[in-house]
Order: sequence, then structure tokens, then C-alpha cells
Amino acid sequence: MSTDTYQWPYPNEFGQTETVESDVLVLGGGLAGCFAAIAAAQRGQRVVLVEKGATQRSGAAGTGFDHWESACTNPCSQVTPEEIAYAYVDEQDHYSNGISHYIECREGYDRLLDLERFGGKIRDTEDEFLGAEFRDNETKLMFAYDYKNRFTLRVWGSTFKPALLREMNRLGVRVYDRTEATSLLIAAAGGKKRCAGATGMNVRTGRFLVFRAKSTVLAMSRPARVWLFNPDLAGLCEFRPFQSIGSGHAMGWRAGVEFTMMEKSVKAEFSAAGRSFPPYGTGNNHNTWYAATMVDARGVEIPYLDRDGNVLKTVSERYYPAKGQKFFLKGGVIDDPKYEYRGPETMPFEELMKRGYQLPFYADLSRMPELERKVIWGMMIGEEAKTKIPILEYYSERGFDPSRHALQSYGNGWQSASFLPQERQFFGAPGGILHDWDLKTNIDGLYAAGDQLFASDCAGHACATGHYAGRKAAAYAVTVPLAEVCADDLEKEQMRLYAPMYRREGMGWKELNMAISKAMQNYCGGVKCKDLLLEGLDLLRSYREEIVPQLSCHNPHDLMRTHEVLDILDVSELVLHACLMRESSSKPLCFERSDFPEMDPPQDRHFITIRQENGQPVRGVVEHDYFGDLKQEYEKRNPDYVGGEL
Amino acid sequence: MEMNPLTAKFVPCSAEPLVFDDSQCVGCNRCANVCQCDIFIPSPEKGRHPVVLYPGECYYCGACVMACPRPGAIRLQHPLMNRAKFVPVKPAPTASDIKKGEAIHE
Repeated sequence: MSTDTYQWPYPNEFGQTETVESDVLVLGGGLAGCFAAIAAAQRGQRVVLVEKGATQRSGAAGTGFDHWESACTNPCSQVTPEEIAYAYVDEQDHYSNGISHYIECREGYDRLLDLERFGGKIRDTEDEFLGAEFRDNETKLMFAYDYKNRFTLRVWGSTFKPALLREMNRLGVRVYDRTEATSLLIAAAGGKKRCAGATGMNVRTGRFLVFRAKSTVLAMSRPARVWLFNPDLAGLCEFRPFQSIGSGHAMGWRAGVEFTMMEKSVKAEFSAAGRSFPPYGTGNNHNTWYAATMVDARGVEIPYLDRDGNVLKTVSERYYPAKGQKFFLKGGVIDDPKYEYRGPETMPFEELMKRGYQLPFYADLSRMPELERKVIWGMMIGEEAKTKIPILEYYSERGFDPSRHALQSYGNGWQSASFLPQERQFFGAPGGILHDWDLKTNIDGLYAAGDQLFASDCAGHACATGHYAGRKAAAYAVTVPLAEVCADDLEKEQMRLYAPMYRREGMGWKELNMAISKAMQNYCGGVKCKDLLLEGLDLLRSYREEIVPQLSCHNPHDLMRTHEVLDILDVSELVLHACLMRESSSKPLCFERSDFPEMDPPQDRHFITIRQENGQPVRGVVEHDYFGDLKQEYEKRNPDYVGGEL
Repeated sequence: MEMNPLTAKFVPCSAEPLVFDDSQCVGCNRCANVCQCDIFIPSPEKGRHPVVLYPGECYYCGACVMACPRPGAIRLQHPLMNRAKFVPVKPAPTASDIKKGEAIHE
């Protein structure tokens, strides 16, 4: 059985072309894409959504997520959207996305209410956690991290994607599942570029699709598999879904979209294909597991400290700001926060070793108050993506009882492994598309949302920016007719996509992905310099010229994987060019140049932007805080939304 | 030039992420339809479980198990190296339990 060859089960539609017209086209069916489609459809637009997987459970939050960050306008919140948005900007040393974070802080809670209307669960309606310190009795909302300020919510994210799909169906959004978006269609209107839609391919049948639209929203996540690849357990080599690899970035780069912060990458934090243990499955006290009680091998409890190093005596204290601190930040992009925003944390690992704490450590939930234990092992692990089935359900089946068992921690906790400096990832607010206050790119009619935006962050950010981009794309669509698409562009794209299907024998996609990842580790690793980066570009150019024409496929699925690697090749070149453009080192960008060791010199403290024009990278500069006064600029541009809205 | 004929060839990997229980599975293909990585193909034999054609592309999200109408018909298992350990809890030791030289506070 295991070596069988089967008949391809789907129709062969190679060579067939389907043209689909809409007002608003959304590329990507994750949280951001679904909300963009819903917002545009609510405004009477004809909407098409294109998703490579199956929208019901696709995207990084397909099977769930447990935290909703920055819900500053929920009725229990003690912080303002301005406070939290500016805190993020400051925390990231201004290499942050003020616009998108403000949208998240300002509108995120409205999206949760939408989700509830669509049938998702956002509050403890069954009174399962009645009386818990993290629950508000009146609204039944549940909070995480900072129990005083109550702006991060615990939510039942596993209910969200099916609810969004139902709502899209109800609104008449035409969803094209199993369809990869492959390129943006660009029309020149009066010397200015305008997006005319996109092309795609059905990944089961090979059918070529032409999506013509008045406006388009890119919502296709962020790049991956650029430095990390494992040809055996390919699906586990990164953190986000296997097929979320930055095709949106690649097609944007080819079309001339402007990016920023693409020189930023961090030493990898998650890859379950060898280097790290399943990041969530093991005992730790971060994120989903915050603030689990940790013990050492002898059963000695590991102390939690406040930001001043004072030992916290009770479990409850782990959820409150320090004396004199208004609020603290924790969550997706917060790794090692500044003193001002630092929350309670276990004693640093090195200090624990010095003091004689003994490995291995364990998460011992039995020592926590019952409702704290139940909310971690139960609700949170049951709602976080990728842990409901493999962790909560199967560990329970194996006899795990959180009141009687402790979970072993591997390495020193959350990241559960030490990666090498050259093993890198787009993590912790990485680079992406530069945009204005409409979430519009530098190309007319083209908008972006979610993880495609620079310095993006988490589920609430995806939903809020998706909805916002959908509104703006809808507003633009009513002002313009469909743009003409160039028949020559379509023919060229179809030839590019189909080429590997014409080669009987040749190289498979995994070998090329492995080679690109190795090249990026060798030439764009922890320490960079001009000569290395140029070597990297030269090697990738040779892959493009000599290896790409050797790629071979025998069905549309493998062809989709091959297209992904071609996109990874484009993204890798984009990254190398971006790294060449920053001629200094930078701490917040995790960017080290041996030929320009000076850290963050004043003259380089700005965003460097990059786009491609006639095959050449073009550098630009945008000042930090280009977004202006967040509240004022937002309200100026969203009068229809301010004060309760549609 | 002729395009390659379409074939579906099983691509092995070192792990077996999904196992089926034939006595439970009704061959409805809901798991195959929901998988965002599209690692299954429907079974050539009607009523039988789908074929996991690309096990190495599984990202272990569990959507297939969540979609299954017959609990136990499909199971997701992490590669052996990724299966974590749990142990019975230990009581907090008293100060006298902790040997000299293993001081935990200054």
C-alpha cells in the first residue's frame, strides 16, 4: 500500500481557463481574508475570495486560537487604544506598525462581537468559570495576562473559522477553495500602476483562473521556509501552516509592491521538525500556558518575579502589574520587553542554574487554584491551534490529569530549543508590505491585511486589519470600472505555472527548497556582510537560471508545491537585497552587519523601503512614526466608523 | 510537447501522522476535504478511508480529526520524537529535604 501509485482522483483541467469577475477580490482565506471579504460584501460589493487550502479550517488560526490581544474597547478594559498602540510602537523602538496596531486596538473588540453574531463563542456563556478572578460576571468575558487592565481576552477560537465561512456564504461571497493565487495583474492607468486582479490555479485540477477585480486585498500571511526546511517532515519545519510561505509577498515583489523591514529576521524560535520539541505540547509557562506554576526536578517551585526582581508569593500576583506600573505587555510579539512594559516572569534560566535548581523542569498545574488550572488545561489548550487534538484530547486519553501529573519542560521552556544563529525565521513583528492609512499599498486598488502587513501581530490584528482593508477596498471599488488585463501577461503566467508539467524527469521541489534554505543560512545568517549577501544573490541567480528550468512535476499538487518554492526563491532575493540596503546594524531589527557594526546610528533610524522596478531593487526611506497622531489620523479617515458604525 | 500524465504517487516520510480505524471509518472524506495542506486523496475504493498521499506535509493541526463524524476513525499522532512526557506530581520539598549545597535562595 505504502508504495502505491494511484490514479489522479480529480479531473485534468490543465489548459482550461476560467475568468471570474468581481468588485473586490480577496487573496487568502485566513482570518484577515475572511473579514476583508465580509466587510466588502456587507457594503454591497460582489466579492470573490481565493484560498489555497479549504477556508473552513485554513490559515494560522484554522483550528483555533486562545488569546485575543489588545481588545482595548471591551467594556471591562482599563486601557485606551492609544495607550496600548503607542506602547507597542515604543516597545519595538518605532520599528512597529502604528497604523495596524491602532486599528487592532480600536476595532478589534468590534470584530469579536461580529464573530459572536456569526456563531463564534467569545464569552463563558455556560458559567464554567463562574467566580474566577479572570472572569467578569456581568459580561462573562474572560481575561488573560493582565487581570487589572483586562485588554487580552481568552476566546474560543476553534469556533471562529467555520463561523466566518458561514457568514461569507450567507453574504454571497464566492469562495474559491483549493485555488492558489499566483500573480497580481497590473494595469497602467495614466502612467500609474493599478491592480486589475490576480491569476490563480486550481491545485487539484490544474485549471488556470483569471480573477478580474476593481480592487484586491492581499491577505496571504508571511514568508516561511526561507532558512528552515526539512525535506522529511516538511509540514513541521516552520510554525505557521505548511503552505503559508509568503506567496503574497512574492507576487507583490514581482508586481512592484513596496515592502519594509524585510532585513529583519530573528534566530528561529519554533520548528517541530527536529530542533525543537512540539513547542506547545510540553510544560512551559508562556502564552497559552501563562502563568503556569513551574517546578524543578525535586519539586521545588520556580519563583515568579516582578520587573524589579521581587519574588511573587501567590499565583494571583502573576497577573497584575507591578507597583507603580499602569499595565504590562505580553503576547505574540513581546519577547523581552522593556522595563516599562515588563510583566511578571519566572526567574531567568541562568539564575536558576546558578542557584541550584535542577533539570528537568515541569509545569505543575496541580499547585494552581482550580479555575486557573482548568482554564489552562481545558479551555486554552483546547482552543489554541494545533493543541486541541494532539495535546488536550490525546494526553487526556493517555491518562494525563492536571491535578495529579506534571508535564516535562524541554530546554528552558517556551521556545524549547536553542537554534543556531543562521537558522532564522520571520517572527516577532517581521517585515512586510508598507501601507498608508487605508492599508493601501503603493499600487492603486491593492490593499493588504493581516500578516502581510509589516510588523504584524496575531489574530485580533488579522481580523481588525482584514475588516478595515475590506472596507477601504470596497470604497475604492465603487469609484472605478474593471481595468483591462493584458492577454500577453496571462499567457506568460500560464506558461510559467505549467512549465514543470512538461518535463518527464527533473528535480523535485524539495531539493530546491533545501538548497535555498541552505544558501540563506550560509549567506544571510546571523552575521551579514556585503560580500556574503552578494554571493547569496549570485547563487540564487544560478538556481533561477539553471535549476528552475529542470523542475519536474506529475500532478497539480506537486506543481503547487513547486510554485511555492519559486515564491520562496523570490522572497529570498527580496530579503538579500533588503539586507544590502541597510548599511548599519540594528538591535530592534535583529540585524548584524560585520562590515557595518555600528548599532542603530541616528542617521539610519528609519524604515528602509524596497520595491522592484524593471527587475532592479529600488530603495526608499520612510520616517518612523510616519502615521502621525494615531487617534487624530484614524478619526479623520474613518468618520463613518467612529461612534458605533457599520 | 506533451504534458506529463497525472499520477498520484505516495511520498513516504519517517512519520505516520494519521492512522485510520477501518471498523469506524465510513469513507465520507470530510478529513480530506478540510485539510488545508491537501495531503489526502479520496480512496479509490468507495466507502473506504482516504489515502494519506503526502504524510510529510502534515502540519499536525488536527482539523481532520475535528471534522470526523465517527470519533476514533482517524487519529493524529506526532512523530515519536515529539511525544512529551508527564509524571506524577511531586510534593513540594521542605527545607530539610533539600541537601546542603543545593540551596535555592541566597
